Amino acid sequence: MTVPVLLSAPHTHTVFTVSRTMLMVMAALAPATGLGLYEFGWPAVFLFLVTVAAACLFEALCLRIAGRPVAPFLRDGSAALTGWLVAMTLPPYAPWWVGVLGAGIAIVIAKHLFGGLGQNLFNPAMVARAMLLIALPVQMTTWVAPAGLIDGPGFVPSLAITFLGAPEYDAISSASTLSHVKSQLNAGAGMAQILGGVPDLRARLLGAVPGSMGETGTLLLLLGGLALLVTRIITLVIPISVLGTITLLSGAFWLMAPERFPPPLLHLTSGATILCAFFIATDYVTSPVSAAGKALYGAGIGALIFVIRSWGSFPEGVAFAVLLMNACTPLIETYVRPRVFGRTRTGKPLPLKGRK
Amino acid sequence: MSMFSLATLFRPSQFLTIRGGIHPEYRKQLTSEAEVIRMPVPPLLRVPLQQHSGAIAEPLVKRDDLVLKGQLIGRARGAMSANIHAPTSGRVLAVGHFTAPHPSGLPVPTITLRADGEDRWGEHLPRLRPEDADPDEIAAQIERAGIVGLGGAAFPAAVKLNQRKKYTLDTLLLNGAECEPYLTCDDRLMREKAEEIVDGAGIMARALGVARIIVAIESNKPEAIAALRQFSHGLGTPLSVAVVPTQYPMGSAKHLVLAVTGKETPARARTAELGVLVYNVATAHAVHLAVRYGEPLISRIVTVSGGALAQPANVEVLIGTPVTDVIDFCGGLIGEVDRILLGGPMMGQPVQNLRVPVVKGTCGILALAPWETRKSDPMPCIRCGSCVQACPCGLTPFEMNARIQSDDLEGAVKIGLMDCIACGSCAYACPSSIPLVQGFDFAKGKLAERQSRKHQQAETKRLAEARKAREEAIAEAKRQAMARHKAQAAAKKAAAAAQAAEAGAEAPPPVPGIATDVGKEARQ
Repeated sequence: MTVPVLLSAPHTHTVFTVSRTMLMVMAALAPATGLGLYEFGWPAVFLFLVTVAAACLFEALCLRIAGRPVAPFLRDGSAALTGWLVAMTLPPYAPWWVGVLGAGIAIVIAKHLFGGLGQNLFNPAMVARAMLLIALPVQMTTWVAPAGLIDGPGFVPSLAITFLGAPEYDAISSASTLSHVKSQLNAGAGMAQILGGVPDLRARLLGAVPGSMGETGTLLLLLGGLALLVTRIITLVIPISVLGTITLLSGAFWLMAPERFPPPLLHLTSGATILCAFFIATDYVTSPVSAAGKALYGAGIGALIFVIRSWGSFPEGVAFAVLLMNACTPLIETYVRPRVFGRTRTGKPLPLKGRK
Repeated sequence: MSMFSLATLFRPSQFLTIRGGIHPEYRKQLTSEAEVIRMPVPPLLRVPLQQHSGAIAEPLVKRDDLVLKGQLIGRARGAMSANIHAPTSGRVLAVGHFTAPHPSGLPVPTITLRADGEDRWGEHLPRLRPEDADPDEIAAQIERAGIVGLGGAAFPAAVKLNQRKKYTLDTLLLNGAECEPYLTCDDRLMREKAEEIVDGAGIMARALGVARIIVAIESNKPEAIAALRQFSHGLGTPLSVAVVPTQYPMGSAKHLVLAVTGKETPARARTAELGVLVYNVATAHAVHLAVRYGEPLISRIVTVSGGALAQPANVEVLIGTPVTDVIDFCGGLIGEVDRILLGGPMMGQPVQNLRVPVVKGTCGILALAPWETRKSDPMPCIRCGSCVQACPCGLTPFEMNARIQSDDLEGAVKIGLMDCIACGSCAYACPSSIPLVQGFDFAKGKLAERQSRKHQQAETKRLAEARKAREEAIAEAKRQAMARHKAQAAAKKAAAAAQAAEAGAEAPPPVPGIATDVGKEARQ
């Protein structure tokens, strides 16, 4: 992009910049990430670091090949954030190459092949997650119970888990809340019986459940989301519409058939629901810009999450829901526009009432 | 935004807010407590003949003429123009061209005046008693005094006043919002000259025949609000003060009308069509001076401010005073200067040549330091929507910019380029520092150029066709004349022949020689 010397008004500028936005999002993600890393121990720490570093490396490589300046784009933090989000969605004991592959898919395929920062149609982290889930179903669905940093595997055994694919982690594998519900439902169990087997609400809120590295700390994710709202990085529209739609739909079905559908609270506090509502669906690049468009987009994501979880073959549907709605964004953008000052919604000048 | 806005459930005037907009750092405290000081007459003044929107005024003086203060030196030319008066007494050095106070730096016709230092008044305009004057007389006086809108756009005030003949007006809205950061000249004027402003507003209200005067002031000027709240009438017309929220661009006329009256001006229409006419408070003050004292518009209050200026101040400056003299009067520049602006930081224009003069529309001279402008290199758009949230016109600036960058100007127009008021909110809010307004200005300029070329082509074609038609008409007329002539000649010949035949029948057949003679005679 060649831009001539800025001489035009305005001659002052807000202090907010792209890198500040990215840093704020990372800061908001930090508590939940910290909790995830603590709960799942050293293997999670290694995987996280490898994924973020790989994302930055891929970014630098792509920028170099595209002949763009590397330093200013790396400094804006968008690549690190993408790597971070990819890591958040990985099972904590996954081998290192899963993280590298995820970062590569996100940065190279989902971001730079579309033209780099701001040009991608699909959310890079969700592209990575969806592709990994389909390509590597075993690695991507092997969950472990949160053992804690101290009680879990030590530093050296953890190195073996992440980098050598040590076999012993099969021993502590368990199911995530959603996959447990799904498999039990498929096995013909009733909801009351299934709910007896899932972790209680307190555990789900505090992150003491098996799941992806960064999506279990529901309460801390919620807190981070609120911080983004307060700092006006995001608006309330997308979180409200995503969560509202999930609640409404799952509530309606739960009321109609409580034996076959889990209650709304389970939907809200399991899987990547909260992470999606505040951090994934609110991604600037891949969501509509107008408030009405955002509402439509969020409602679509919420509905798709519920549909995929209830009737799809995967227990979790966040990645697919987000990608499907990403594809709708240009369409929403075209038809849902803010009303122009002095014009009607159709673009005609407002009518003038009888004047001489 | 609009979807969840409760404002649609109530009358918007209850909230007096506008959609979008920004809250820049105002930095008005630099000059808000600085009482207006009068600057001494500078040695040299350059008075451009175009300080208003419309046609260039016609110079009435020539080199070496002696002029007196207030003397008419440039006469309005045509319906859209304004008179120009000598700001002080002195000798005309030149009637030529000088750099315009505009970033283009193009020359405009300018009268250069060497002040004699006596500042001697010539003849004042005839005074009017507005209580007895009729609307046309008041309008004529405002026109004579060369008053233009002093908020920055410099639209001839009398031309605006004449909209009373076209529309039914009910409200005179005085714009004291002063939403641009740094500027405090209107604030100071309202605090110090409230009575005069109210009187000027009353005079205009009388000329317009409106039922009410509303003075709109942003909430960050409590002293000005208190000063104007002392008055309930302006020359018999009820006057009220509307406090509007501090929000840029509240001072945009159409947005102010929406905030204060709840009426939204249709696209491409004027506020007058809603019955509201908007004038700046400083314009009202100038009207007061012109009508009560017969003083033409020869000076204005300018806020001289910015982080790179030694002593920020509000200065009453004669029109035509070089910017550099004003800066020197305020202690000169200090530290690193990033740019010098005429007007406010949001919509003002940078100047290179500091000898350009202060004109009627100059409301501020700002010397900004780098930490104030916060210049940074543009990054790609991340579609964050900050610009859409900031736009007071409901546009999607990021999308317009993308279309302009890919040379799709018609596409940009389709999504509202021409509804953009260039307020700069989007470019201010953009976290990627994309120069959005610059792109829009570029596209508007390009479109205007295309338009004028198209117009020119059409005009050339029309003229060529008219010429062809004219020539054909002339040729046709000639042909017809010729044919007529021929017919006449033939008729005469036939008549002569008939005559000859008659003569021949009576007399013996003529000898050929005689017959030829007869034919010759007939031809003669």
